[in-house]
Amino acid sequence: MDAAAAARAWRPPPLIEAAWLRWAVYGGALLYAVLALGTLEVNWTRAAEGLERGGRFLGAFFPPDFVTHWLEIEEGLLESLTMTVTSTVFGVILSVPVALGASRNLAPMPIYLFCRGLIAVSRTFQEIIIAILFVAMFGFGPLAGMLTLAFSTIGFMGKLLAEDIEDIEKSQAEAVRATGASWFQLLAWGIQPQVLPRFIGLSAYRFDINFRESAVLGLVGAGGIGDTLNSSLDRYEFGTSAAILLIIIAIVMVCEYTSGFIRRAVQ
Amino acid sequence: MLVIEGLTKRYATGDLALDDVSLTVPKGQVMALIGPSGAGKSTLIRCVNRLVEPTAGTIRLGETVLTALGDRALRRARRRMGMIFQEYALVERLSVMENVLSGRLGYVGFWRSWFRRFPLADIEEAFRLLARVGLDHMVDKRADALSGGQRQRVGIVRALMQDPELLLVDEPTASLDPKTSRQIMRLIIELAKERGLAAIINIHDVALAQQFAERIVGLHAGRIVFDGPASDLTPEVLTTIYGEEDWSATIRKAEDDDEDEPPAVEAARIAAAD
Repeated sequence: MDAAAAARAWRPPPLIEAAWLRWAVYGGALLYAVLALGTLEVNWTRAAEGLERGGRFLGAFFPPDFVTHWLEIEEGLLESLTMTVTSTVFGVILSVPVALGASRNLAPMPIYLFCRGLIAVSRTFQEIIIAILFVAMFGFGPLAGMLTLAFSTIGFMGKLLAEDIEDIEKSQAEAVRATGASWFQLLAWGIQPQVLPRFIGLSAYRFDINFRESAVLGLVGAGGIGDTLNSSLDRYEFGTSAAILLIIIAIVMVCEYTSGFIRRAVQ
Repeated sequence: MLVIEGLTKRYATGDLALDDVSLTVPKGQVMALIGPSGAGKSTLIRCVNRLVEPTAGTIRLGETVLTALGDRALRRARRRMGMIFQEYALVERLSVMENVLSGRLGYVGFWRSWFRRFPLADIEEAFRLLARVGLDHMVDKRADALSGGQRQRVGIVRALMQDPELLLVDEPTASLDPKTSRQIMRLIIELAKERGLAAIINIHDVALAQQFAERIVGLHAGRIVFDGPASDLTPEVLTTIYGEEDWSATIRKAEDDDEDEPPAVEAARIAAAD
């Protein structure tokens, strides 16, 4: 066969090689989507009515009222910030040994499995579910929220840091080992310098997440600004709710911008 | 001084990297280990300092049976073997001085090393050696800001900081240009001679091996197939090590290189080294 004919006949290879399987997969997916859409019941008259109700609900948020319940808002905010700072600090500190244990290139199999299991548990359960458990254990208030956030920080930091540790340049660690360094010296000289920027970046990012979560956790009684928001909604004081939401948005933006700045600076 | 007997390494994957290798390197001898990729050169030197655990065989360094050591004793023994790596293997985010001082990790405790409180004598030796390789003006530069040749010189200094008896050198020139390669090889040989160190140098550049090493060992598929002085390296020998190829140019090149280096380059090298 000459090159010109071969060039005309050439097509990029398809993702799924067998033609029948390819069409079966595409056709099956399409059929399922059509059938699934058919089972949805949409009450259009109710939806039209709801649009107006939603509009009224949103309208009640204006104007935002910062003044009437300012003391409560301030208290909630401080509680949230305290919760964020303490949970981030504890979570990050505790996540380091977990991450080391969850790195296949450092830890022996039993420790690896234990730490990976811990991370899996922490990541499987949504913060709200863990918060409900901790509220049941420790009562209403910021302690439960703090513990919840610290626990999920361990899962988050542990997993991502362990992945970074598993991705290090092996040769650098090998060179440190070859000098006769001890295991802790290997961590401090061969591994820590390689993962430090990511560690700082992740910690800043987690701080930002913890603040956002602390605003949600109040809804299940775990303290913080979320608690204040929840009670204002319960009392139909939507102006106060609007004020709280605006403050949360502002703080989240500041946190996000700052953590982004920190992450760029250390890369 | 280094005695290897019946060294065998089979990886978990089932690959037999080394097959009953026996080798003796006397004190002060510079030996080049040549062979095709996958012949087991890297595995061999990593078995010596046990970055790779041998499957069978014994390795002795002086009186110490390296293959029988427990963790703590192994770390003490590793101080006596300086290693130089292919891609330099410097800790990139640490400074030149920190990388050099990491050669002393086997001698200082954890907290001293954590706070970088090394004995003054170590720091002094670091400055002396950095000056010797022409890098004393870059002490606080980060390692990743250096060029390839400079990095490898830091790698050499790190290995020498251990005050070793033996140098294990893994493809020191594989990522360097031809001129820098020669300078680095010359530096390693000079320093080894000055300090009376034995050295095993893995190298795939036959011409360089011939030019710089007094003894050449050829490895093929995990077995030693040649062991002799550089002058005995004939096309037939290269064929047994690497397989069939036209070797005439390879062997001649080694002799040409030395003469071809212009005086200016030579002078610059000396200036850099001093």
